[in-house]
Amino acid sequence: MTARIFAYVMHKAGVVDDSAAELLAAIKQIDAAAAPTAIVSGSGAELDSACSSLCAFYPEIWKISNAALSYPNAELIRKALVKLLPPGAILLLAHEHFGIDLAPGLSIRLNTAFVPDALAIAGRVGVLLNVVRQEFGGQISANVECDISSGVVLTVRPGAFKPPVIAPANGNVVDKSGEVGALTSGRRYVETVMAESGEVDITKHSILVSVGRGIQEKDNLSIAQDLAEALGAAVSCSRPVVDAKWLEKSRQVGSSGKTVKPKVYLACGISGAFQHLAGLKGSPFIIAINKNPKAPIFQVADIGIVDDILEFLPELTSKVRELRSKAA
Amino acid sequence: MEILVCVKRVLDTSENEIELNREGTGIELDEAVYSINEPDNYAVEEALQIVARVGGKVTVVTVGGEDDEEVLRREMAMGAQQGVLLSDAAFNGSDAKGVATILKSFVQKGAYHLILTGVQADDGGAQVGGMLAAMLDYPFASLVNSIEVLPGKLKISREIEGGNREINEIELPCVLSIQTGINEPRYVGMRGIRAVASVPISTYGASELQIDPGTVGKLAAKVKRLDYFVPTLGKGAEMLDGGREDNVERVTELIAAKGGLR
Repeated sequence: MTARIFAYVMHKAGVVDDSAAELLAAIKQIDAAAAPTAIVSGSGAELDSACSSLCAFYPEIWKISNAALSYPNAELIRKALVKLLPPGAILLLAHEHFGIDLAPGLSIRLNTAFVPDALAIAGRVGVLLNVVRQEFGGQISANVECDISSGVVLTVRPGAFKPPVIAPANGNVVDKSGEVGALTSGRRYVETVMAESGEVDITKHSILVSVGRGIQEKDNLSIAQDLAEALGAAVSCSRPVVDAKWLEKSRQVGSSGKTVKPKVYLACGISGAFQHLAGLKGSPFIIAINKNPKAPIFQVADIGIVDDILEFLPELTSKVRELRSKAA
Repeated sequence: MEILVCVKRVLDTSENEIELNREGTGIELDEAVYSINEPDNYAVEEALQIVARVGGKVTVVTVGGEDDEEVLRREMAMGAQQGVLLSDAAFNGSDAKGVATILKSFVQKGAYHLILTGVQADDGGAQVGGMLAAMLDYPFASLVNSIEVLPGKLKISREIEGGNREINEIELPCVLSIQTGINEPRYVGMRGIRAVASVPISTYGASELQIDPGTVGKLAAKVKRLDYFVPTLGKGAEMLDGGREDNVERVTELIAAKGGLR
């Protein structure tokens, strides 16, 4: 099978996303001999700079220069890709807010299969591609078989594929802008509103007492606050706590919240969804406490305790206070 | 505004452990608890709030069987005026594209200005909304965390990285996938569910929806799950299995060793 393989790569002000190398790693697992094409869109000097960085990874780069794409509006980029991609193409992109916006509809327009959020490529036999995914918030993995005889759009979980060590590709930039033509959509980008900073900056703390769904109700937050106070730490949280409006958004750790680099991270009643773990950088020492012994957090934590945080944390707080008072 | 919200009944995994069956082909269901897919609940609440502001009607639809009626009733108890079940043996084993195909056929029977889905369901795929929009040739936006109704269009924000928000204007009709946290879904008690227990739910099969059975179901699915397995992502935590007192002691020592108690 000689289906052409493509990667759509995001860039910010000309700096290409980490996914550029990760997508290449995934492509090499689909077809070790592939000579993939990176597709990048935008306008002006930023786009040129993104193209030249991609030359290091990809043998060919398709450049789509269009003033309408100076902000990556998925609705417009979908239309551009439908015009450019050959039948039966394999297209990879990162499973983040842009990929989620673009990919499902693109697979319909291209009449290809669609596999979202791939964690690994398990193998390929002819037109059948086997992909590993996760379901149920990461508690269970699944082997998924996909018929790629008419092509496939595959989104790849950020961080799941280790960037390969590769020889410089000396890529050739091909300007495809003329083939795209005018782009219009019923959806218009207006502006980006930056997140509010909040009263506590969780990115500056070396210890975080982080709470998830296991805190159960707002009134129980004092348990975490007491421990944080005893430790000289800050309270952070996972998404469900913000969704419930128990803590402000600025306390949320994760891909849609803050990226933190504490030394010690106490994950209390946090299941450990990948979007949450994506906000943890710098390899903190993770101590996880969760009632559910199968919580995914235990796979990535250093220390795990199966217990009810509502009972465990107050005892931990007392112990910490006891030690503090001895030391004083 | 006529609003259609696509919902799904899923295994409730927020508080419950998931067990695989012995063969790894499915989830052990003996003690499984089902609930509405949580993001769908936010989508229904958002629809109800929009209708409260500008008028109109909220319909909830699901693809499934009799057992799935319970989530329709739950959302009707929240205030959705109509529940619709799309059910046919030919639908069994549909992949996301199959489900989107079934929903598209239903959408085309009506006149909806706005179609909402939850951002993703139990498979974490976030696929059906975007597929449905492409099939209908409606504009689409995912991860929506605010909606303001303007004449003929909506002003929406999408949740992007770092908690930043991407503001867009989108023409109607359109399809949006709703992110959790956009609102505070109202509480539904047993009394509310009893109150809608006898409200009829319309059911449509493949022939009423004029769906070619060859385009949905197991045979049309290009994507198939082969089996499940329990993942081993990292090296795995060192599990402390002493009593609580010992564990507290140990955690305190570890925090101190990492420089936490200075």
